[in-house]
Amino acid sequence: MLYFSKLRIILVTLVSLFFVLLTISNFVKFESNYLNKRINLGLDLQGGSYLLLEIDNTPVIEQKLQNFSITVRNFFKDKNIRIKNLKFLDESISFTTDQEYKDEVLNAFQDKESILNPYYPRFKSHQFNIQEENNYFIVNYSRQGIVELKTSSQDQALEIVRRRVDEIGTNEPNILKRGNDRILVELPGLDDPMRIKKLLGKTANLTFRFVTNNTKDSFGAEKLKFENDQEEAVVSKRIILSGDNLLDAQPRMDSQTNETVVSFTLDRVGAKRFGKATSTGIGKQLAIVLDGKIISAPVIRDTIASGSGQISGGFTFQSATDLALLLRSGALPAPLNIIEERTVGPDLGQDSINAGIMALIIGFILVITFIFVKYRIFGLITNIALILNLFLLIGILTIFEATLTLPGIAGIILTVGMAVDANVLIFERIKEELKDEKNNLIAFDSGYAKSRTAILDANITTLLAAMILFFMGSGPVKGFSLTLGVGIFTTLFSVYFIARLLTVIYISKNKDKEGLI
Amino acid sequence: MIAFNKYYNNFNFLSISLVIISLFLLSFKGLNFGIDFKGGTLIELRSSDKKINISSLRDNLTQMNLGDVSVKNFGNENDYLIKFENNENKNIIEEIKSNLDKSFGNQFEFRRVENVGPKVSSELLRSGMIAITVALVLMLIYIWIRFEWQFSLGAILALFHDVIVTLGLFSLLGLEINLSIVAAVLTIVGYSMNDTVVIFDRVRENLRKYSDIKIYELTNISINETLSRTLITSITTLLALLSIFFFGGEILKGFSLAMIFGVIFGTYSSIYIANTVLVRLKVSQKTILKEEE
Repeated sequence: MLYFSKLRIILVTLVSLFFVLLTISNFVKFESNYLNKRINLGLDLQGGSYLLLEIDNTPVIEQKLQNFSITVRNFFKDKNIRIKNLKFLDESISFTTDQEYKDEVLNAFQDKESILNPYYPRFKSHQFNIQEENNYFIVNYSRQGIVELKTSSQDQALEIVRRRVDEIGTNEPNILKRGNDRILVELPGLDDPMRIKKLLGKTANLTFRFVTNNTKDSFGAEKLKFENDQEEAVVSKRIILSGDNLLDAQPRMDSQTNETVVSFTLDRVGAKRFGKATSTGIGKQLAIVLDGKIISAPVIRDTIASGSGQISGGFTFQSATDLALLLRSGALPAPLNIIEERTVGPDLGQDSINAGIMALIIGFILVITFIFVKYRIFGLITNIALILNLFLLIGILTIFEATLTLPGIAGIILTVGMAVDANVLIFERIKEELKDEKNNLIAFDSGYAKSRTAILDANITTLLAAMILFFMGSGPVKGFSLTLGVGIFTTLFSVYFIARLLTVIYISKNKDKEGLI
Repeated sequence: MIAFNKYYNNFNFLSISLVIISLFLLSFKGLNFGIDFKGGTLIELRSSDKKINISSLRDNLTQMNLGDVSVKNFGNENDYLIKFENNENKNIIEEIKSNLDKSFGNQFEFRRVENVGPKVSSELLRSGMIAITVALVLMLIYIWIRFEWQFSLGAILALFHDVIVTLGLFSLLGLEINLSIVAAVLTIVGYSMNDTVVIFDRVRENLRKYSDIKIYELTNISINETLSRTLITSITTLLALLSIFFFGGEILKGFSLAMIFGVIFGTYSSIYIANTVLVRLKVSQKTILKEEE
């Protein structure tokens, strides 16, 4: 049993050597492709910003329900059924109808072929639920309908968020979906997320609308505030142009007024509409509305047929640049709220790396000194295994280009402390065996055999804890469970292959020595 | 051989008292939840001027209507940690920045900013509690597969003891509970279990070997036989943890402290709780033989 074949010795040596090289490759650049992998540093170590955004889908739901209510009204109008008292409630619509049409209305909603169920062929389920009580109908989104709506608005929002982040040009941003209404944005190296937060906080819904002469709120018009929150104007609800019609937008310096403006270019449809509106509306004020606020409302002096124009509104160069960026990247389908933010400056990140490495070195020295004093030659063996264990652990993290966080470093240090446990279990067992057994080889063999279940138990319990943490934990804590979990496997390898190999070599040369351990 | 069994009763009494005191503290004093679980904003500042008075910083921030603001030194004398409750104002960080610049000159470096909304914090709290519960249940299942029920009961009681007393100590000292403390608690669960299982393994082996030794004696023999391993592993683990505590930086202090407590309690409970349960349940050779038939 206490025997290692030549092949196994060579394999163990090669594996160890390979992982040593992998570890070193984090600090030195190698020519080989296999070796130029690196451990990623988490945001808490390299500095950067972590933002969790939640999509507020309420306006989308309201808008879609409004559209749907028109569909419903027209649908039944064609069938000569009158829909009465159509109202919007909290994320639902309600209406009544005459008693005799009740069943027909309900059937129309259940009918899988009906245009009221555009989803059915695709999703095999209804987009809307309908409830009826005494001829009073309530229609709202079904679960499937809500999920589909959220997923699609998440897809759109993700695309827009990506465009905005890319425009700012941070290095290697990480933009991911979370659940069906959240987006995670990780921005390594960004220590001041103020600008990106502002950019992501804007829906950027741009519309061009005429200012009406009425001074009151009325049907088809609404009172809106200017950006400065002081003036107000009544603006028509009819949209002449929207942000969708923009091809490009750039900040520019107006040579005549010496003011910073945003110049824009329209697509063909947009140019046509803009030309028509400016020719019929000479003398009128055209309000440029962004997210429900008027940026400016210039008076139309000439027909603009070129399909390009400019927006002025007392911009600084920065605000003009940001507005142009928002217009270029397009409008978000729904507002985003930042529900979690974690930003670490590069200085703190570097301090954490230094402290982590310091703690690792000191912890390591303390442990190997203690073990050496306690076990001498076998302490040396344990320590060699421990050093290689560390290389294996870092090497595996390197192969998978895993992300190392500060708690992850703590996990490595803790692994150093707990890894000696297996060797201690074995050596203590061997000591006991040697009390009754004079043959060193037999004592060592049974020492290894009898300690096996305890070692497995010990590692499985820690592994269970690490796994739970990996699946339930978030962010930096996940890094801890990763290093702790991987550390268990490298520990078992280093104990049963490296330390055992060295032990076998040593005792086969000292078969008859007494008081070996 | 050390007569651990002489003190079984005394330490059982101590443990029961500690658990009761901890539960009392947890229900009346409660835990000091950090922003991860309570929501709110945390800012770590470093000033380039050492002469800043912490109370003037506190006054300055209190005037901003941030609600309940706490300002503390953080490790260094020119590092500060500011915490306040959730704020509706989205530009609050920017306003604090400009306010501090105005009052103290441009000398603060914002080293870390964390903001956790109420929805996220309640989710984190829930998933943290689920994680700990799942861990305890998995350990229960594992030990139930590996050992007879008397052993399982002993191990689980030891586990609960460690988790409750560690949290009780955190409550007593008013130390902050954040995500990394959950990680520490889970690791303690793993460690405590590991320690208990190693001793139990030996108890079971000895039960097979000696049919005439009473469990009261037998547990003591087993504890002594595994004692040097128990001590050495606890010492190396503590050495690693102490190194994190003293050199690993401010952020890991809470985590390493919780682990240090946990390792000490875990080692103690494997000896004085897990084993005494076996004694009180009068485990004998029959117990394990019945199972193995």
